[in-house]
Amino acid sequence: MNAVTLNGQRLSEVMAAPETETHAAANEPALPTRRTPLFETEGGKRFREGVTNVVKATIPPVLGIALFVALWAIIASIGGKIPGPAETWGAAVTLFSDPFYDSGPNDQGIGWNILNSLYRVGIGFGLAAAVGIPLGFLIGRFAFLNQMLAPIIGILRPVSPLAWLPIGLLVLQKAEPASIWVIFISSIWPMVLNTAAGVQRIPQDYLNVARVLKLAEFKVFTRILFPAVLPYVLTGVRLAIGVAWLVIVAAEMLTGGVGIGFWVWDEWNNLNVAHIIIAIFIVGIVGLLLEQGLMLVAKRFSYE
Amino acid sequence: MPSYVQIENAGMVFSTRKGKFTALTGINLNVEQGEFIALIGHSGCGKSTLLNLVAGLLDASDGVLLLANKEIKGPGPERSVVFQNHSLLPWLTTFDNVHLAVEKVFGGRESKAQLKARTRAALDLVGLAHAAARLPGEISGGMKQRVGIARALAMEPKVLLMDEPFGALDALTRAHLQDELMKIVAATKSTVIMVTHDVDEAVLLSDRIVMMTNGPAATIGEILSVDLPRPRDRLALAHDPHYHGLRSRVLEFLYSRQMRPQEAA
Repeated sequence: MNAVTLNGQRLSEVMAAPETETHAAANEPALPTRRTPLFETEGGKRFREGVTNVVKATIPPVLGIALFVALWAIIASIGGKIPGPAETWGAAVTLFSDPFYDSGPNDQGIGWNILNSLYRVGIGFGLAAAVGIPLGFLIGRFAFLNQMLAPIIGILRPVSPLAWLPIGLLVLQKAEPASIWVIFISSIWPMVLNTAAGVQRIPQDYLNVARVLKLAEFKVFTRILFPAVLPYVLTGVRLAIGVAWLVIVAAEMLTGGVGIGFWVWDEWNNLNVAHIIIAIFIVGIVGLLLEQGLMLVAKRFSYE
Repeated sequence: MPSYVQIENAGMVFSTRKGKFTALTGINLNVEQGEFIALIGHSGCGKSTLLNLVAGLLDASDGVLLLANKEIKGPGPERSVVFQNHSLLPWLTTFDNVHLAVEKVFGGRESKAQLKARTRAALDLVGLAHAAARLPGEISGGMKQRVGIARALAMEPKVLLMDEPFGALDALTRAHLQDELMKIVAATKSTVIMVTHDVDEAVLLSDRIVMMTNGPAATIGEILSVDLPRPRDRLALAHDPHYHGLRSRVLEFLYSRQMRPQEAA
């Protein structure tokens, strides 16, 4: 095969010589000595493929964000009242350079506000989980209870979370427990309903296994019911935490105290629109992180 | 001496939204200890219902079912079931799936080491000792069904009930598991009742084939004794005229006398 690649001079030599084969063979080793370029090696190819994939995966979201920021900048330049991206970014840098200052109850760092909101969500949501998940198990397991509670849940579930606030304030007398109450009552339904649905959808086969083995009720729960329902429970938890985070901002706007919702309202009163926009981003990003965190937990417990 | 399993005039009526539905009626069947029974019939003929009556997963509306002279009331580990779709718990390893059954049956009497040894022995019996730490989702369909068989056998049941255990498998895996099952049953001398819709499987594996008429109100149409000597070899049987004779008798029952009127469902 190499005979073709020989230059003219050598070709004539080769043709003149009787032992063509040996000449060709002698010339052959000259070619493989060329060092393989990085992108032709296996590792290089994989590296190139990896880079391509990363670039392909990043382009659409980066483009989306860029368009969003551009649109924002245009609206800001036309309207005049809304601060543009650069101005907001500058305000955010100042804001986050000292997140944990404390100058009295109505003026605390953004870090304290976020942590206070998370704390309320944690308590309200935790109580809702502690009540809602067992209740869901009972509703799923006992058809009688299901039929008994179905109309009540049906009526209460679509009620706007903030409609519960006056009841909370009336009964609990204070703003803090009232906002926790609102979180509780609005985040309990996804957990009750998903857990109940999970219990009702346990494959009959698993229960037949339990029946043939005559497992004790406790074993049935720990070995079959609980693991089978866990993915449904986690779906409920994920939806509930989203609702809880959604509601806290509104509840805090009404009740006051330290918290991201109150902070938004406070900045509105100060007419600091840049801070309101920052708050919107904070609420969005924290909500996203909460949900993604629970998605990771849910993935760990998926058996399919 | 009375038979090991006695089914006397058993019937099953389901209450549905459209009213009563008689699935089985007038079932009489005696099974001897160590016997391998195949239940065959068209789908919807109630063969699985009959198996579930023996398992105790369903309560008979009429008649009596006895195992070793005791009435069958509710399910129990002495009548272990190999389910059609293996029914392994997906969050437990194959070892733990079998161990759950072993623990239940022998937990009161034996040490933890003995229970583990039993579990390992059961997995070994079906050739899956190497897959003990795997989850059901990580092994093939044939392997899952073998774990299901291991779980059922590990309980040392008086009767092994199998509901179309190989129905969902491909032909090669099915043949392989049938051969393994024959060896295991020969070694353990188990009494087996197996539901199948595969004529070859019924003739190859069983001592008697119970052929059921079409539902509703299905009953036993005919019982055929399979007097082929054991151990049976599927290749040798392929050229055995007696095997083909038995096979055609089942086929004739199913397709000439019990031809399905229409596809149900």
